[in-house]
Amino acid sequence: MRFYGTELAGGLMLGTAQYPSPESLAEAVRAARADVVTVSLRRESAGGRAGEGFWSLTRDLGVPVLPNTAGCHTVREAVTTAHMAREVFETDWIKLEVIGDSDTLQPDVFGLTEAARILCEEGFRVFPYTTEDLVVAERLLSVGCEVLMPWGAPIGSGKGLNNPFGLRMMRAHFPDVPLVIDAGIGVPSHAARAMEMGYDAVLINTAVAKAGNPVTMARAFRLAVDAGRLARDAVPMEERDMASPSTPVLGKACLV
Amino acid sequence: MKITVNGDECEISSYTLSGLLEELGYTTGRIATAVDGLFVPAGLRGDQCLGEGMRVEILSPMQGG
Repeated sequence: MRFYGTELAGGLMLGTAQYPSPESLAEAVRAARADVVTVSLRRESAGGRAGEGFWSLTRDLGVPVLPNTAGCHTVREAVTTAHMAREVFETDWIKLEVIGDSDTLQPDVFGLTEAARILCEEGFRVFPYTTEDLVVAERLLSVGCEVLMPWGAPIGSGKGLNNPFGLRMMRAHFPDVPLVIDAGIGVPSHAARAMEMGYDAVLINTAVAKAGNPVTMARAFRLAVDAGRLARDAVPMEERDMASPSTPVLGKACLV
Repeated sequence: MKITVNGDECEISSYTLSGLLEELGYTTGRIATAVDGLFVPAGLRGDQCLGEGMRVEILSPMQGG
């Protein structure tokens, strides 16, 4: 699947926050065979080298970076952060987050669509963190977004796919739009399920970074994403409400 | 002149953003800047005047999800 003209075939994007060490982050990215890593901007102290050190690490990973606007609650904050990220990370990709609620970190879809409009007009390639609402999705596409990133569940909750019906509807409604489950995935089976639904990628952070063994978990997510995509390609059987014997009834002995 | 840099109030003698960065020791490293909530590109920091009470943000690459 192509995202703004770039082929990201692996279906796995990885966040870079909350790892026990820079080394474990780098190893997890390799174990996951991540297509993209997400990054952010934060205040730098005078004479500080933290930002430079992290920048050096991300370059060494050899993976495209997707800067985010995490923590922004207004259109203006998000747009300014996107401008700053473009200069620092030298990319016009932006994972656009406009948060509407501090407890659930649910996107403010009104602010999101406005910020997306502004940034698309300015030439950004916007990856919007949104809900599974189809009308909002249509609006995001109409202002220039070519990718949609619905949440599975609240960020960092690990609850998986909260609304599988809505997410299936979204996939069916936008068959040609790259779709990424952006938040809430907790275990590899959630990722496999998303891929079985036909999603093009999943974006994972906390589930890997906060695992007891992030590197092993990163590998587990890689296997799950591959399995889910293979299953989708193989066309899964239809569910049914009643049992259906798998062993042929014809020819069964009469022993009663 | 008193301004706010990354949330902390400080007394500075510079009247431009580029001067402020040098005065405070942001001479190396990859940073992005904003003044009063508006992005200031690296090439315009020398033209960006600072005044009493202005708010400057100096950001750098960081881990993110």
